[in-house]
Amino acid sequence: MMTTQKNKVMTLKEAINRYVTNGCHLSIGGFTLNRNPMAAVHEIIRQEKRDLHVYAHSNGQGVDELIGGRCVSRLEIAYGGTGKFMSTCIRFRQAVQEQTIAVEDYSNFQMTLRFLAGAMGIPFLPTRSSLGTDIIEKWGFSQEFRHKDPRIPNQKLVVAANPFDGWGETEKVVLVPAINPDVTIIHVQTADVKGNCRMEGLTFADVEQAKASRVLIITCEDLVDEDYLKTEPDRNQIPFIHATAVVKVPFGAYPTACFQYYDYDPVYMKAYARAATDDTVFAQFLNDMVFAHNTHADLLDHVGRHRLESILADRGCGYAKDLDRK
Amino acid sequence: MEYTLKELMTICAAREINNGDIVFCGTGISMLAAMAAKNINAPESVIFFETGAIDSELAHIPLAVADPRIMYHTSANGGLMDAFCTMQNPFVGQRVVGILGAAQIDIYGNLNSTVIGDYDAPDVRFSGSGGACDVASFVSRSIIFMKMEKRKFKKKLDYLTSPGYLDGPDGRKNAGLPPGGPDKVITDMGVMGFDPDTRQMILLGCFPGITPAQILDHMEFEIRTDRAVEIDVPTQTELTLLREKCDPHGLIL
Repeated sequence: MMTTQKNKVMTLKEAINRYVTNGCHLSIGGFTLNRNPMAAVHEIIRQEKRDLHVYAHSNGQGVDELIGGRCVSRLEIAYGGTGKFMSTCIRFRQAVQEQTIAVEDYSNFQMTLRFLAGAMGIPFLPTRSSLGTDIIEKWGFSQEFRHKDPRIPNQKLVVAANPFDGWGETEKVVLVPAINPDVTIIHVQTADVKGNCRMEGLTFADVEQAKASRVLIITCEDLVDEDYLKTEPDRNQIPFIHATAVVKVPFGAYPTACFQYYDYDPVYMKAYARAATDDTVFAQFLNDMVFAHNTHADLLDHVGRHRLESILADRGCGYAKDLDRK
Repeated sequence: MEYTLKELMTICAAREINNGDIVFCGTGISMLAAMAAKNINAPESVIFFETGAIDSELAHIPLAVADPRIMYHTSANGGLMDAFCTMQNPFVGQRVVGILGAAQIDIYGNLNSTVIGDYDAPDVRFSGSGGACDVASFVSRSIIFMKMEKRKFKKKLDYLTSPGYLDGPDGRKNAGLPPGGPDKVITDMGVMGFDPDTRQMILLGCFPGITPAQILDHMEFEIRTDRAVEIDVPTQTELTLLREKCDPHGLIL
């Protein structure tokens, strides 16, 4: 996608409207309660995108809200939870139990390798993880379904003999198929107008996810001009050639955390976990937090300055030291 | 000195960690056990997360393995790729000790953290593997936290998420896994290990006031109990360090 043009800045509405289409294969970055692209997730829910095929590794808040917003039909994932707030994602759990979404289970390393294979342009990568387990034995997607969609490999995983005759003290490997999403959305601390990215703290699998994708939408806390990131290129992880759209969204990961900028919001996380257990209460929660607001900035206004100030990161340690997390 | 079961379990796990171990931990009590070991008995152990942080300072307790609190004052902040490669690394991987939890465990220490019931139409869905299957597949030794309940200590798992010894002494080798496997199972009634010949779970110790028979009552399968001893209660020093240095706000304890 037009990866060398100078300025890729657009509004979030425009980026989601243009690139996230019904039925598309979508990957979102972040990990459980950190750096999920939540402003984009809320915009996808607001625009009522449907039938998404989602890829994640250990996602929490983002995937659960997408499922709760009825945007997701199929999910390939390693873990759905947000730690202490939701040990298992609640809308995810309910959707799997009611069989309203189809799920394919992998491990975190397998999902990471799958994105890496996609980024490398090879069909699969080998690992020894999961040999002897039901992750190999039990499939969420039928073989028939797998044959129908050319974007999905015809098998979940394949166990193969080590072709190097046991070299490396390894007799067998599991081959994990590549992922090349139609769209990946990540939220980073700093990006420039062309889409160079600088993340602070852990990068999770964002780099592999970003580079595996046909379209990459970047939301960022700070939008800078090209020269700024090029003065210290060693600190940048994703070059602009992978980027399609860049959107400045302060607090774009809220209610999840963004290292050196803000913490997760325990008030939101707890209210969400409470609401998610009941369909009616949850519908009201989505109305209050998503549909009632035209933009992410409107949602932040609704949350209020006091709560946002309470989660601001202390420079130095990168999180809100005195945040009440009880 | 009075102590809670959670404190006793945490201390029991911490005692299993040695100086030089690289401790892979998850959320909650496993993270607290790693912090306790570092503060009490293994100051030279290294705390390590699947998200890619190595040797986090943990000045404040994290509530998830992606909590920004694990990113502060680390030796390196990488990503998932770095973390799982560390476990397989031929030079440092052998030093990694995994701490895991699950919804179900069987006699060979295999774990289920995916579903209860039929996989295609589950009664209860859990979070899924996350990095647990990877850790259980790769590391040389793991410590497992479990609550003693019949529905958790199962003859047959509803879903095998993370490999223990699979079906016996040659299980891992036949499946193609590297050597390794579960070392201890720390429960709310006592501590189990695994017989080196049969690779089946055995009772190593009971918490004060608990009998082997009571433990067997909470399991679907039978294990050997003839080697079980009474476990030492936490010392005052251990408890003080745990409460004051590891979890002063009682977020996990």
